[in-house]
Amino acid sequence: MTELSRRQLLTNGCVGAAAAAVPVEAAAAIARPAKEISPDAVGILYDSALCIGCKACVAACKAANEMPADVPQHLTDWNEHTWDTPEDLSGRTLNVIKVYRNGTAEKKDREIDGFAFVKRHCLHCVDPSCVSVCPVAAMRKDPVTGIVSYDPDACIGCRYCVYACPFGVPQYDYNNPFGKIAKCQMCRHLQKDGKIPACCDVCPTGASLFGTVKAIEQETSRRLAATAGSAYEYPRGRLGDNRPVNAATIPTYVKEIYGVHENGGTQVRYIAGVSFARLGLPSVPEQSPASLSEGLQHTIYQWLIAPIIAFAGLLVLVRGRVNSAHGDDGPKSQGEGS
Amino acid sequence: MAATSNPAATSNPEIDYTSCLGPDPDAQIRGTGSITRRQWMQFCAGVAATMGLSSAAGVRMAEAAISPARPPVIWLHGQECTGCTESLLRSYHPTLESILLDVISLDYHDTLCVGAGKQALDYKHAMMEKNKGKYVLVTEGGTPMKDGGIYCKVGGKTQVELVREAAEGAAAVIAIGSCASWGGVQSADPNPTGAVGTHDVIPGKLVINIPGCPASPYNFLSTVLYILTFNRPPELDQQNRPRFAYGRLIHENCERRPHFDAGRFALEFGDEGHRQGFCLYKIGCKGPETYANCPSIGFGDVGFGSWPVGTGHPCFGCTEKDTGFRKPLHSLATVKTLTPPTAYPQVNAPEGMGVSGGAAAVLGAVGGLAIGAGAMVLKQMGNGKNAAPDTSKSKEQA
Repeated sequence: MTELSRRQLLTNGCVGAAAAAVPVEAAAAIARPAKEISPDAVGILYDSALCIGCKACVAACKAANEMPADVPQHLTDWNEHTWDTPEDLSGRTLNVIKVYRNGTAEKKDREIDGFAFVKRHCLHCVDPSCVSVCPVAAMRKDPVTGIVSYDPDACIGCRYCVYACPFGVPQYDYNNPFGKIAKCQMCRHLQKDGKIPACCDVCPTGASLFGTVKAIEQETSRRLAATAGSAYEYPRGRLGDNRPVNAATIPTYVKEIYGVHENGGTQVRYIAGVSFARLGLPSVPEQSPASLSEGLQHTIYQWLIAPIIAFAGLLVLVRGRVNSAHGDDGPKSQGEGS
Repeated sequence: MAATSNPAATSNPEIDYTSCLGPDPDAQIRGTGSITRRQWMQFCAGVAATMGLSSAAGVRMAEAAISPARPPVIWLHGQECTGCTESLLRSYHPTLESILLDVISLDYHDTLCVGAGKQALDYKHAMMEKNKGKYVLVTEGGTPMKDGGIYCKVGGKTQVELVREAAEGAAAVIAIGSCASWGGVQSADPNPTGAVGTHDVIPGKLVINIPGCPASPYNFLSTVLYILTFNRPPELDQQNRPRFAYGRLIHENCERRPHFDAGRFALEFGDEGHRQGFCLYKIGCKGPETYANCPSIGFGDVGFGSWPVGTGHPCFGCTEKDTGFRKPLHSLATVKTLTPPTAYPQVNAPEGMGVSGGAAAVLGAVGGLAIGAGAMVLKQMGNGKNAAPDTSKSKEQA
């Protein structure tokens, strides 16, 4: 460090920047293989075209998870905590219905001069970033059901999960001195008793539908394959249960499924009558950040390779400097701080 | 209209008190038997209020309706259950007979005719001839079109012929009930008789539809009085229903609506939610796609809540062409919200309150400090000095 010149420092900086901009192909080579979905994974199918925006799911979610009412500060003028009016996911809201509105908003499921509803909650990624970044395993992914759960007793409140999630799902309750992370856990406490998530249980149209991911995939492709306007019996509650169906007609779907590829696949899937970008669902690359970061870390730290190389390099460096300093007045006391 | 002489006011025969006082409001109107002018004015004011008109319009209605030239009405029955007539017979302010005898001149009505058979039909034809271009035609019931319309005949003529014959000289045509409006129950799939509504029998002629199963008698009476008063039909919607009665969704005025908004639903008949009076949407209520004023005025004049949803049965959409008798009773309604609720969050709404001035200043100061310190470190290094950059110097720079 003693003779580190301005030129050297800037050069080193450039090399570091170039190393950070490793091409995607190289990154893919380092990344560990994508995770496979559990064969018994459960999920939710949200069909925006079926949603009527009644918010029964939001109310049921609050009741099932004992969450308080959420009134944003700027709404308190007209809503003095008499109404639950969440605007987004937060430390008090695990599930929210939002509206896409364009122009005159006359017709549902139309992009121009139309509107559509969208439900936001945890998508239960196959390869979740929040689980990958959690230093204390407070975030876990169930190996069988695939539910991404949260353990407040293990949590140290670092909020890495909040920043890691590409969907903006885990939220920290900043207003609470003993704050916790809030995120949808697919009502795993209800599933333990054989029940289904509250949002799917109460949905009047079957817009939120619970089931195994396999069954959801079949149902989704059936819907997208049906011709618009034809009669269709929409299941309600849980796929495979014998609840009364919702006899309706097939709307004009965008022939895409959100959640198949996003972030390495998710167990919550969306289909809709308008494009997902308009519904505010983020465009997320197929390769999950967790696979890349874990691949990188597990490669360079395997057998402690990286620390050994770094330590050896430092040894060589220091040794060379000590030798070259022999001509002067001896080694300096300040030395390397390594 | 003209009040008869008041016997109490004839003590001095030289002064005509009666004409000074004007019509006696409590005298019975000619020929009605029971209804007084006061009652009649009250009724018309009520009708005007129902239609959102001024009380002056109510007076005009009263005058128009009891003017001596009562408009003749021909009332035809097709494929129907006579429920609309029965429901009209049970209107109480005032009773239907006073309307029929004094407001309109009901010259022909299958159910209410005094005469029968040839006598009644001959009278109908005579009246139609006499009042050509002036009478009001009311149709009740659907018209079968299949096989030459043989499935409904009166006096040897098919309903198709009867409707076309009567419509030819009619000043206005009103279709009362869902059957006359668009075929009703007998037009349900597979529609064995090819039943259609009146407007399909006489295309090109304006038919005012008063759908309902049965139609609300007050929607019918209000429409009739409007036509009598203003000589034109009230404002109609795309399906020719008067807007004053069919302008709003049942869902908009339903007393169970708060339960819908709060996500509280009856899940089956007789369950806890049903007993609590929760929203009936999940058991097939068609209120969210049906335009009618049922929740506002109810049925049968017995007060609030006297309509299907009020009594715990889901609306089945009788006033909608494509809903009643066509959609299964249990199937969910299409929620026809005209625009999405304003209080719902937008998909990409900005979060938080934005950056405050203070926060921006603090952030700027910290950033400036860091940049200054970094620049100072580099400068020191470039000078080749050995001194380690200490914090006090970088603070100076900031």
